[in-house]
Amino acid sequence: MLAILPAGIALAAKPSYEYFDPAAAADIESIAALIIPATDTLGAREAGVIHFIDHALATVDRDQRAVYRAGLADLNVRVKARHPAAASFSKLDKSSQTQLIHDIENTPFFEHVRTHTILGFFGDPSYGGNRNEAGWKLIGFEGAHAYQPPFGVYDGRPR
Amino acid sequence: MAVQFRSADTVDFIVIGAGAAGGVVAKQLSTAGFTVVVLEQGPYLRERDFRHDEIGVINRAAITNDPALLPNTFRRTDSEPARKQRAVEYARLVGGGSVHFTANYWRFHESDFHERSLYGPIAGTGFADWPITYYDLEPYYTQAEEEIGVSGLAGSNPFDPPRSKPYPLPPMPVKSSGVLFDKGCAKLGLHSYPAPVAILSQPYRGRGACTHCGFCEYFGCEMRAKSSTLASVIPVAEKTGRCEIRPLSYVRRIQTGDDGRVTGAVYFDANRREIFQRARAVVVCANGAESPRLLLLSKSNRFPRGLANSSGAVGRYLMFDVGAEAFGLFPEPLNEYKSIQATRVCQDYYDADPKRGFYGGGGMDARFDFYPVLFGLAGLPPDAPKWGPEYKKMLARNFTRTMTILNHGTCLAMPKNTITLDPEVRDAWGLPAMRVTFQNHPDDLKSLEWMLEKQRAILDAAGAQKIWSAPVANVDYSVHLMGTCRMGNDPKTSVVNRWNQSHDIRNLFIVDGSSLVTCARQQPTATIQALAYRAAENMAKLAKAGEL
Repeated sequence: MLAILPAGIALAAKPSYEYFDPAAAADIESIAALIIPATDTLGAREAGVIHFIDHALATVDRDQRAVYRAGLADLNVRVKARHPAAASFSKLDKSSQTQLIHDIENTPFFEHVRTHTILGFFGDPSYGGNRNEAGWKLIGFEGAHAYQPPFGVYDGRPR
Repeated sequence: MAVQFRSADTVDFIVIGAGAAGGVVAKQLSTAGFTVVVLEQGPYLRERDFRHDEIGVINRAAITNDPALLPNTFRRTDSEPARKQRAVEYARLVGGGSVHFTANYWRFHESDFHERSLYGPIAGTGFADWPITYYDLEPYYTQAEEEIGVSGLAGSNPFDPPRSKPYPLPPMPVKSSGVLFDKGCAKLGLHSYPAPVAILSQPYRGRGACTHCGFCEYFGCEMRAKSSTLASVIPVAEKTGRCEIRPLSYVRRIQTGDDGRVTGAVYFDANRREIFQRARAVVVCANGAESPRLLLLSKSNRFPRGLANSSGAVGRYLMFDVGAEAFGLFPEPLNEYKSIQATRVCQDYYDADPKRGFYGGGGMDARFDFYPVLFGLAGLPPDAPKWGPEYKKMLARNFTRTMTILNHGTCLAMPKNTITLDPEVRDAWGLPAMRVTFQNHPDDLKSLEWMLEKQRAILDAAGAQKIWSAPVANVDYSVHLMGTCRMGNDPKTSVVNRWNQSHDIRNLFIVDGSSLVTCARQQPTATIQALAYRAAENMAKLAKAGEL
């Protein structure tokens, strides 16, 4: 499924985090990967979104840490309730994860993770996410610094 | 090397705020031979500092009022508690809002200056005629278009007021949204035309033409192709050797002497030291929200209600940027992320019409306001999933195929909508924060609903596969800030006279969106700059005659 991964991504070294502990990072990264999953193109995990989120919480978005802490604690309670044998959200299979996210999709916690995931996936790669411009390639955003008309199909047709 | 004055020097003029109006005033006064210090609270960024960085500029307020430093509080009515909520946004750098604006450059229509006479009074509002007419301003619209550089096609809009000269530059190339808008309008018998924009379609006066990079609205232009005051008139002012732009200078009060005249301004410098700059006259160009706040902050024993406020109108009649978007999805790529936001406008529904049963009307433009992050957050139709494989698939398909028609509507001026000082919240310098009280007049919202149906009809006629819009709701966030130091002939009901001069203090002027009596159809920058040219010409005349 991920045969199209560019060289380097799959082989990335074990990441280190500025803010998250590894377990929290794994859970948040799993949520991000459900929001923007890998399909025939790269998803949030492959684009390094977790590093964008980690850096944001370590710096400008410090005030969102409490929402993340409370949200992860709540998620873990839900994991234990539904899957007593599971070690963590990140270790669940995808359909169990998806079910749990449906349960929390209207919470402030999910909204924060969703916003961060989108920022990390589509923002400038200098913030740590959108690796290899995966987000921009997905939507057809060329990211050039200049363009010439015609810009699209309709202004390129004779009028 | 640009001139630097000492704070102990008494300069001829202080201009507070280096934005759309302040830049023009500084250029006019310095080229007329006067010494000018421009106190700008934001930094002096150059073209090389501007980045195509959506997160930094849009999500993290890199060039706008950062709520962490400059919080404001918001409430709909004065019977509610005001809560911290970013309700006003303005650019905080040399060049001000003219740096990051969409650059729509619409003149007001003749009727905009006397709508009260045309349509009669409206209960609960301060709906009023202006003390000037379109023809008083026409020469200054023309001067503004020439000096800053505006692209457009004269005569293409049958509803345009008369103009003495064509635009100095031809219109920008049409985008796919403009072609589709033309098609939809033509089918419905409407008159779309090339958008007049303060962006260079060709090289002009030593500045380069637009390269269609797409990072236009919200962003500073690294090519000097957007006709901000930073790119156009501020360099002319500095070249005179009589104008100092002093950035990172946050004015906390305008000082008055025993005779009740203005003597200068006290500001915090970059190190938060308080400095008093002396001047013979002060021109406040701090925008429609910060100008009234500063006048209220400048209260004294002699002026207990704040400066220039014997009428009590300072901070009142706040008008917001009222508009609504309809979105359309088309079968083929439009690639609207390229080039400027809007290339076509339609003003068939501009005028109010009593037969509709409400006051209102609007202009429309075809545009695309999204960047990749914004599109991921809010670009899909409301019935689309918010996450997961289908969400991702729709983003991939829709980003290049979506366009917007935005209407720019009316906003009635009401005395209960205000900028005041918050009694509890303070800014990072310890000054009382801005408190915003705003609730739309019901006609504002009726007009938006009515316009939205027109927008949807155009998208349908253009062949959109899917059309959607958000429900109309009270506006609680604005980038166009207007009405709070209104212009008028009567000192009892207005703050400035027909020359933007304070009724109360003759060497104090207020020139920005705050002096607007009505907001026309939400594109104020051309009018703010025309007023600035006109007001500054008169200031120079008064100063030369020794009448300040």
